[in-house]
Amino acid sequence: MITLTHFLVVSAILFCIGLYAMVSKRNAIMVLIGIELIINAAILNFVAFGRYDKVNYGGQVFALFAIVLAAAAVAVGLAIILNVYRKYKTINPDNITDLRD
Amino acid sequence: MELAIFYAFAVLAIGSALMVVSLKNTTRALFLFFVVLFAMAGLFLFALADFVAITQILVYVGGVLILMIFAFMLSNKELLADLQNTSSKFLSLPNWQSLLLAVGFFAVLAYGIWEWHEHTPMWITENIRSGEVIQSSDNNIQHLGVHFMTKYLLPFEVISIFLLVALIGAAHLSRKEENA
Repeated sequence: MITLTHFLVVSAILFCIGLYAMVSKRNAIMVLIGIELIINAAILNFVAFGRYDKVNYGGQVFALFAIVLAAAAVAVGLAIILNVYRKYKTINPDNITDLRD
Repeated sequence: MELAIFYAFAVLAIGSALMVVSLKNTTRALFLFFVVLFAMAGLFLFALADFVAITQILVYVGGVLILMIFAFMLSNKELLADLQNTSSKFLSLPNWQSLLLAVGFFAVLAYGIWEWHEHTPMWITENIRSGEVIQSSDNNIQHLGVHFMTKYLLPFEVISIFLLVALIGAAHLSRKEENA
């Protein structure tokens, strides 16, 4: 039986990798992948804690909600990235400073 | 044995996540992201969440990543090109700063986990003592279905409307405008 601490450490490492990708990348799609990594680390925490709650099943239910949330985030994010590329011809977040021109 | 497989999945997830953020080639990083998600699904199995693991594979690997690859293929090929022309050195300034941020955040989290380890919350010890912990012999999917249709009915409907709204919004955003 694997204790909760193992899950928490793995989740913390993945969260920090996602944070690094979000801050350092110059490509908006890699920033999106960093966000996905962070959401996945959160889902791992939900699932690991939800194992100790058989009455409510709250962890697994909320993990499924978080997966739906991530899917919605990717759909909207990719649409925004494609639109921004069409308008600015770049997806480097450093060069995109205006919301409208 | 169980612990060894858990460590194998954990090393697979963390190692390929590190490769995802360190590779310059976006396409290759995207395909390595598949490996990360599969390894995460394997980790979910060790928390006895088989349905969540299957959903992870179906939704993420089957939906989200295919969506990303389609977005790549439908767009211009400059999107795939290497945009990081300035940071050829490994430790250029923005990389260095964000590495410091990530390591610092991990230090805080690790300290929190280490402090937390001795004080397990009351409800976890309660549930362990009364035996209300998910066992590997439980029928997870039936319990999940019953809970979705009774206790979590309102959040379930709300999240489905939310997903519908987000998908319609994405379709509206990515529509080509005729005169613009």
